[in-house]
Amino acid sequence: MSTATDTTKAVEETTGKKRKKKVPTEVSILLVLVGISLLFEALGWIVRGDSFLLNPQRLLIMILQMSIIGIIAIGVTQVIITGGIDLSSGSVLALAAMVTASFAQSSDYMRAVYPALTDLPWIIPLAAGLLVGALAGLINGSLISLTMIPPFIATLGMMVSARGLARAYTDGQPVSMLTPDFMWLGSGANPVIIFLAVAAIFHIALKYTRYGKYTYAIGANPQAARVSGINVRRHLIVVYAIAGLLAGLGGAIAASRAGTGQAGMGLMYELDAIAAAVIGGTSLAGGVGRVTGTVIGALILGVMLSGFTFLGVDAYYQDIVKGVIIVAAVIADQYRQRKRSKAKT
Amino acid sequence: MSAENTPSDTNEYLLEVVNARKTFPGVVALDGVQLKIRPGTVHALMGENGAGKSTLMKIIAGVYIPDEGEVRLRGKPLTLTGPLDALEAGIAMIHQELNLMPFMTIAENIWIRREPLNAFGLVDHRALHDKTQALFERLGITMDPDMEVRHLTIAGRQMVEIAKAVSYESDVLIMDEPTSALTDREVEHLFRIINDLRAQGKGIVYITHKMDEVFTVADDISVFRDGQFIHCAKASDMTSDEIIKLMVGREVTQMFPKETVPIGDVVLSVRNLSLEGVFTDVSFDVRAGEIVGLAGLVGSGRTNVAETLFGVTPATSGEIKVNGTSVAITSPHQAMVNGMALLTEDRKETGLFLDLSVLENMEIAVLRDGYTRSGFVSQGVLDDQCESMKSLLKVKTPNLDERIGNLSGGNQQKVLIGRWLLTKPKILILDEPTRGIDVGAKAEIHRMVTKLASEGVAVIMISSELPEVMGMSDRILVMHGGRVTGVVPREEASQVRIMELASSPMGADAA
Ligand SMILES: Nc1ncnc2c1ncn2[C@@H]1O[C@H](COP(=O)(O)OP(=O)(O)OP(=O)(O)O)[C@@H](O)[C@H]1O
Ligand SMILES: [Mg+2]
Repeated sequence: MSTATDTTKAVEETTGKKRKKKVPTEVSILLVLVGISLLFEALGWIVRGDSFLLNPQRLLIMILQMSIIGIIAIGVTQVIITGGIDLSSGSVLALAAMVTASFAQSSDYMRAVYPALTDLPWIIPLAAGLLVGALAGLINGSLISLTMIPPFIATLGMMVSARGLARAYTDGQPVSMLTPDFMWLGSGANPVIIFLAVAAIFHIALKYTRYGKYTYAIGANPQAARVSGINVRRHLIVVYAIAGLLAGLGGAIAASRAGTGQAGMGLMYELDAIAAAVIGGTSLAGGVGRVTGTVIGALILGVMLSGFTFLGVDAYYQDIVKGVIIVAAVIADQYRQRKRSKAKT
Repeated sequence: MSAENTPSDTNEYLLEVVNARKTFPGVVALDGVQLKIRPGTVHALMGENGAGKSTLMKIIAGVYIPDEGEVRLRGKPLTLTGPLDALEAGIAMIHQELNLMPFMTIAENIWIRREPLNAFGLVDHRALHDKTQALFERLGITMDPDMEVRHLTIAGRQMVEIAKAVSYESDVLIMDEPTSALTDREVEHLFRIINDLRAQGKGIVYITHKMDEVFTVADDISVFRDGQFIHCAKASDMTSDEIIKLMVGREVTQMFPKETVPIGDVVLSVRNLSLEGVFTDVSFDVRAGEIVGLAGLVGSGRTNVAETLFGVTPATSGEIKVNGTSVAITSPHQAMVNGMALLTEDRKETGLFLDLSVLENMEIAVLRDGYTRSGFVSQGVLDDQCESMKSLLKVKTPNLDERIGNLSGGNQQKVLIGRWLLTKPKILILDEPTRGIDVGAKAEIHRMVTKLASEGVAVIMISSELPEVMGMSDRILVMHGGRVTGVVPREEASQVRIMELASSPMGADAA
């Protein structure tokens, strides 16, 4: 009978002490990224007789395009991990871009928004943009955790209002003629560097800090999180504020790169950001998600955009395909969820 | 010892499982397992936590597809591709964890996917209500069918699950630890229902860790260990010691290892604590080293008192003193700052992070002083602590990175106990601590609680199992209808005395 005992224990002993890592979801997303890239490479040779990948210029432009969406997607990822959603990031980006630009104008310009505050060093407009973003996020977070309204509604309200505020700020006029000093922020590969730095910071924060562990716990089961001594309300406010801060950062970079602040900036970026997160394996049900996944998700969106343009596919069709991909990502998420909860319900 | 001893007054088995095998990554949950259910009998499954009982039942109920083996209903092989197939075939299951929709009414939950429809194809709420009422009358349940499930206690929810399973009128009814959240009174009620079903010729599979129940209700008993079938016999041919020995593979020593330990100063002092509409004027003291039991029927307010002490539902009036100083506890966080820990009753709702790992579940309450440095978690230290807690509590899991939802119910419970032990509390509140825990591990946990008490921890323990409360406590506070109806010292504690106080609002003479 003692032989009967232990198929399980034998397994336990071999794997028990050394904590074996399972293959993370990122690997499969990375494979999707590689697959899509190779597909465009093949199509490139067939359709245009040219290489898609072996063109550093194109790759840089693609990554540049994605870095702003990537930055806000990292904030949105954290919100989704808590079981929430942030629809306001695109609008907050626009508002932050306007405010940032208004503090970055050069004194050569006659119609500056604040004629007395021109030629300021770049750090000041950047700080203004970050502050505006963080404030918007703070309002989102406070609304959600103090009034208990669903995040979808709170951030939908912010999405509409922040866009309105961005327009009202200068009566719909663009804010232009920014100082070279400030234009430096978004020049060259800087946005990419900032994006990667932000990704590294929050990858570490989610994985190795109390902040991160609480974020996952709240998404996995808010009631149990509270009973485990987590101040759930306060933590949610912090998470939404960080998401706002990152949207603000995106706005500052966008203004710097374009050399102007416009109220129409970042239109539908919130959806791209959510898409990047979901494609990257973040679960809309909460409790699951990683920054690395979101970065790859953003790259997938970028490769698609750049690939279709390279092939000369019309923008309308690009949107159609993007829609399909987003839905497919959510279906994949549902499938994973079902597989997870099939075990013990 | 095995197949030959199988009861065989009838050649016709209602349900048979032959040579079932089921593996999960890193775990062989079942291997070469058999089970034979006679019609009109109650068949108890016994085995330690993680022995594979729930897995076997899920195979019968179509939730899992076995890697090998066969399920036969009345001798005919069954191929089940999902739970709906099983229901169709006449097999219903009450799962170990509750699965009701909190925001739907009792009636809606019971008839989900089978709602009576009116002429327009919409749900006929009248008929829904009436059908539920009729079912409840038959089962002797007194609950309002239109009440939302979230307002029910766990015991109430369990009764709804039972009613739901019975409503399928299936031939085979599987009950996976139905009584782990019930008090004696509801257990008796359940047994009446089971006896009825048995008289109708149905086959009932009954999983429990409570030995006395087995001998009250079961006709046959099958014992499992580590995914293997060990033995099957008639209940009348077995003794509780034999079963335990078969389950554990060794003798289990004395059940309630109560020690007399030096009693220290008052650590927790509660005066006139009230939560409006729930309980009133609860007062008691707990001293260092003391174990105070909280007894009472379901709905008496035991769990509410625990949750209020811990700040889950802050008190509306009254005073809580810790070490002589009055403290305001408005959140679990504050309670923890004051040295408290609460193991909650409902592990799925307020305990587990099902999608997170065993490690993440265990460490979550201790990510503060000592284990973090300026926000960064000292993972190495925590890994070691959790690893030794895992071995101490004998949690059966391939590794600490396993998703906790994949652990057996009893092992999940052990992880939650570990979570709170890691916080090194001064005041430990345990609400049904041994819920779903097997006999061997139970004794182990009792020994640990006793040891903590001897180290000066003040313990409050709620349990629906009177022998557990009586065996462990120095003093027992009995509640009824939101009031303390009496305090019984250990020496005077008897089942009769406690039940008296628990059931009569007038038992208040002793208070
Ligand atoms: N979905 C799953 N994924 C991985 N492992 C699983 C899964 N379900 C069960 N197991 C493992 O299979 C074994 C048997 O589990 P099972 O739930 O059947 O135990 P049990 O006998 O019901 O225990 P308990 O008395 O604690 O409820 C355990 O080691 C468990 O960890
Ligand atoms: Mg089980």
